[in-house]
Amino acid sequence: MPKPKVAFYWCASCGGCEETVVDLAEDILGVVEKVDIVLWPVAMDFKYKNVEALADKSIVATLLNGAIRSSEQEEMAVLLRRKSQYLIAYGSCAHMGGIPSLANQFEREQILKFNYEDAPTVVNEKKVRPQLTFEENGRHPHLPELRNVVRSLDQVVDVDFYIPGCPPTPNLTKAAFAALLSGQLPPKGAVLAPDSALCEECARKASKPADFSFTEFKRPHQKLLDPGKCFLAQGVVCMGPATRSGCGAQCTGGNMPCTGCFGPTSRVRDQGAKILSSLCSSIAAKDEAGIDKVLEGIPDPVGTFYRYGLAKSLLRRKVDLSADQVPSPK
Amino acid sequence: MSDAVPPSPASWQPRIVAFFCNWCTYTAADLAGVSRLKYASTTRVIRLMCSGRVDPQFILDAFRQGADGVLIGGCHPGDCHYVEGNYKMLRRFQLLKRMLRDLGIAEQRVRLEWISAAEGDRVKTVINEMTAQIKALGPLGIPQKFEAWDREVSELARRSAVESEAPGGPVSPVKEEVAHA
Repeated sequence: MPKPKVAFYWCASCGGCEETVVDLAEDILGVVEKVDIVLWPVAMDFKYKNVEALADKSIVATLLNGAIRSSEQEEMAVLLRRKSQYLIAYGSCAHMGGIPSLANQFEREQILKFNYEDAPTVVNEKKVRPQLTFEENGRHPHLPELRNVVRSLDQVVDVDFYIPGCPPTPNLTKAAFAALLSGQLPPKGAVLAPDSALCEECARKASKPADFSFTEFKRPHQKLLDPGKCFLAQGVVCMGPATRSGCGAQCTGGNMPCTGCFGPTSRVRDQGAKILSSLCSSIAAKDEAGIDKVLEGIPDPVGTFYRYGLAKSLLRRKVDLSADQVPSPK
Repeated sequence: MSDAVPPSPASWQPRIVAFFCNWCTYTAADLAGVSRLKYASTTRVIRLMCSGRVDPQFILDAFRQGADGVLIGGCHPGDCHYVEGNYKMLRRFQLLKRMLRDLGIAEQRVRLEWISAAEGDRVKTVINEMTAQIKALGPLGIPQKFEAWDREVSELARRSAVESEAPGGPVSPVKEEVAHA
């Protein structure tokens, strides 16, 4: 019997998710024994036409990481959706937009101008920008087009499962493979991680008081952090209460507060709004000036509360960006 | 693609979602009603037990579903039926206002007011004021923006559907020569 086919693909991502697959270490041998990897651009050569030549639904599962922000990524997401029985959003970016979706605070033109003209490390006197098509030795190559909005995978195509994390932990990846191979799958749309808050598995839980009374917020670099005490009890913003568990509380174990990469639990729609609600309610001050003074410790609420999920937040992006000229499709 | 909302006709009326607490502001709105006070019909009131029950998700969701403004009404400081609920709302409101501004929603579109059960007149003044302010700002139109943003993607979905039906159909860049393949 032929082995089931799986594919790994990456879109707007940093490569960290690919690293997790490698981090399975010797366990990857068990995986490779049971499946055929038909597509894995980070490790193996491939051509688009090879993927297109596969029969529809012939890949059992595609683990796609990275947000979707270019025409090519969209096309590949659509193509892999068609070729796969299960499409799995792998990692924060595919799950919720991830760090790349913080770009949803800016206009496309602003992003291009900074990256190709204004960034301090860029030398580009002719202000050359990538073109959608150009001529070279009689060839006419096409380049992908950058979209105006960064999207999570499920904002582009139908997604069967989500594996959260920046990056997902090897444990979760292994468990997902085990579920896929045994056919014991949760209902469609499930996030393949526990459905409780990070605090549940945090070693500092015992020192988390029942009620907080914040008189200041400090960022990790502004304070000497107590390695055993709940971060919130130290006045340091920790996304733990609004974040799904399953990572093994590695950040808090390493004396850094949670930044929220696993996204919210199933009962919460908007992670940022929820942690804002939770933190602010427990500020000690009762008057506007006093409250604002405490809140000075959170200079960038969007970047802090939606670090991994602006694309999947209720508003999805900054809503009043001014005109941005899009080259019309040919 | 622009997020600019097309100019609205002079007859346009804003839609304001109001979260009023059961004990003070909702009762005040009742009082305004039985006193036959006339005020702008722009507001849809949702009664909650306490302004402290207003989850910031409710406010974002109201905007997402097409509200042009959100008004929250609670008891005066010190008067909360649940002692602290209105303070909790005030603290969230201070940061939410800032976060909404960062996300492109003008500060005048959210308003927190303390209105006691006896201040029916205040309900009228606040709603009229807010209606005038939002009328000046124009529609927020987030559902329309979502549609406009999504057109980038549905264009692709349409093209791929055409392609799978007719093999000779429009060519996608994936099939053409790609510089980075």
